[in-house]
Amino acid sequence: MRLSLGPLLYQWSRDAIEAFYAERMADPVDVVYLGETVCAKRRSLATDDWLALGRELAGAGKQVVISTLALVQAGSELATVRRLCRNGEFLVEANDMGAVRLLADAGLPFVGGASLNLYNVAALRLLRGRGMVRWVPPLELSRDDLGDLLGEARRAGIVLETELFAFGRVPLACSARCFTARHVGRPKDRCEIVCEDYPEGLPMASQEGEPLFTLNGVQTQSGAVQHLLGHGGALAELGVEILRLSPQPAHMGEIIGRYRAALDGACAETAVDRWVTAPLCDGFFRGAPGMAAAPDP
Amino acid sequence: MKLVCPAGNLPMLKAAVGAGADAVYLGFRDDTNARHFAGLNFSDGSARRAVAHAHERGCEVYVAINTYPRPAGWRRWQRAVDTAADLGVDALILADLGVLDYAARRHPGVRLHLSVQGSATNSEALRFYADAFGVERAVLPRVLSMAQVERLCEDSPVELEVFGFGSLCVMVEGRCLLSAWTTGESPNTEGACSPARAVRWVESAGGTEVRLNDVLIDRFAPGENAGYPVVCKGRFTVNGATYHALEEPTSLNTLELLPALARAGVAAVKIEGRQRSVAYVDKVVRVWREALDTCRRSPEAYTPRSEWMATLASLSEGAQTTLGAYDRPWQ
Repeated sequence: MRLSLGPLLYQWSRDAIEAFYAERMADPVDVVYLGETVCAKRRSLATDDWLALGRELAGAGKQVVISTLALVQAGSELATVRRLCRNGEFLVEANDMGAVRLLADAGLPFVGGASLNLYNVAALRLLRGRGMVRWVPPLELSRDDLGDLLGEARRAGIVLETELFAFGRVPLACSARCFTARHVGRPKDRCEIVCEDYPEGLPMASQEGEPLFTLNGVQTQSGAVQHLLGHGGALAELGVEILRLSPQPAHMGEIIGRYRAALDGACAETAVDRWVTAPLCDGFFRGAPGMAAAPDP
Repeated sequence: MKLVCPAGNLPMLKAAVGAGADAVYLGFRDDTNARHFAGLNFSDGSARRAVAHAHERGCEVYVAINTYPRPAGWRRWQRAVDTAADLGVDALILADLGVLDYAARRHPGVRLHLSVQGSATNSEALRFYADAFGVERAVLPRVLSMAQVERLCEDSPVELEVFGFGSLCVMVEGRCLLSAWTTGESPNTEGACSPARAVRWVESAGGTEVRLNDVLIDRFAPGENAGYPVVCKGRFTVNGATYHALEEPTSLNTLELLPALARAGVAAVKIEGRQRSVAYVDKVVRVWREALDTCRRSPEAYTPRSEWMATLASLSEGAQTTLGAYDRPWQ
């Protein structure tokens, strides 16, 4: 099974981003997704900078995929998506149907992101026919549903790589409203990129102190960190070929190393507790509420 | 602009038609639609009566089959499409690519609308659905500003329908897993946001707690107005401050935007609320009918009458309304 590094979902400074990816050059990840997927106002790296970074990572032997903005509204946002789709070098992950149309129209292969809502074989077949070569299942899909779907797809002769969101705070929703700017009492149009103060998002707890969600600008993430490495055997059996690890500011190298070693059978240990700052969970995969933690063995 | 109104059952449909709806939308009694609530929606028989009643009075009927089928449920969605097509309805409101593909191939004569659950927010996305399935109208997510709606009207290859009044989703529809995260049931797959079986009200001396699958969503002081608990309208703690961190209990009301929406070329305005009462639908649709007629007669002179606004506010969550994302400062 291969490992991928998902797109950076947080706002970091240019230096922090460059340092983070410099450390990844030698890490055992096979695929790296680059680009801004959450908010078009985040511009630590311009489009050309992302592409340049992509060349460096490709030089280090990684497959580089450019990931598009998930919520595309303004004309300027659509123009950026158009430019990324026509980058001419790298595979593109389409995170909305507008990007799908641009890529399909240009006859380019693409990765279908989790927000495309592909829940059944008819949907997979349709996008396979339009150039989708890899897909990320909807984040809420359970092991049983994924098994049904991949089994049916195989029987129907639909050839696609499947990549599952395996590690990180789960991006659960996006809005036109910026919840981080709202928290500090600023209108979105004058946000001053306040989200950069929260390199791992802003935790939101219940009034009893239970961590529930994480505010990340216009995106709402889970409070807990999803961690599916304990299901490694089941994932391989299902036919999942790539596990996606979502960037966090610290200990990313250790987490990647743990996933690689456990999947290779070089290490029986699957725990990552000491490297994360929130509880772990795997509810969606087990067909339970997403926030549910794995029962003790 | 057409007035598209909710019908959670036959009496509500009759109320909407009687109050001046140009079109009503409804769903079947299962998880094929995004308002899958106990006691709501239509059997095949009541749907047939609904279509007859509406059509005799010149009102269109749309059927929402706007959730996403997983493999085990696929046939149920196919059957819903076939049933609706056989009923002779005026449009199907669909979201899933597979269901859209099935409907377009199997029933090429039936008009297709893209549901708000399809999350199309730009002209290229709209073009995708138009080219792939012949979609003729799309319902826009409640995340676009008025300026963006105007721009999209210029660029869109399909008619556009926007939300006019009712519950306000603050997240892009079709892309929100907050309910699934908390309860295991989502609008996308189960047609349920914050399912009633997961809601628990706990009374105590200090007031009322509301829990969703045991997660504390909010606490209300005695006498405080408590709405239906959805995750995005609860009070949570961020950096030591406890407040409505995502959105307050409030309803969307765009009555004051009618002339701008009409000028932009919006084809239809939608009233949310299949889960509400017959009286609610009757009152809301009457206000909107009168407002639309007034606006059409003299758009320049149009302003929402205070009695319309008062009626709508009294029927709103937390008795307050907002322009939501149409108004840039809200964002």
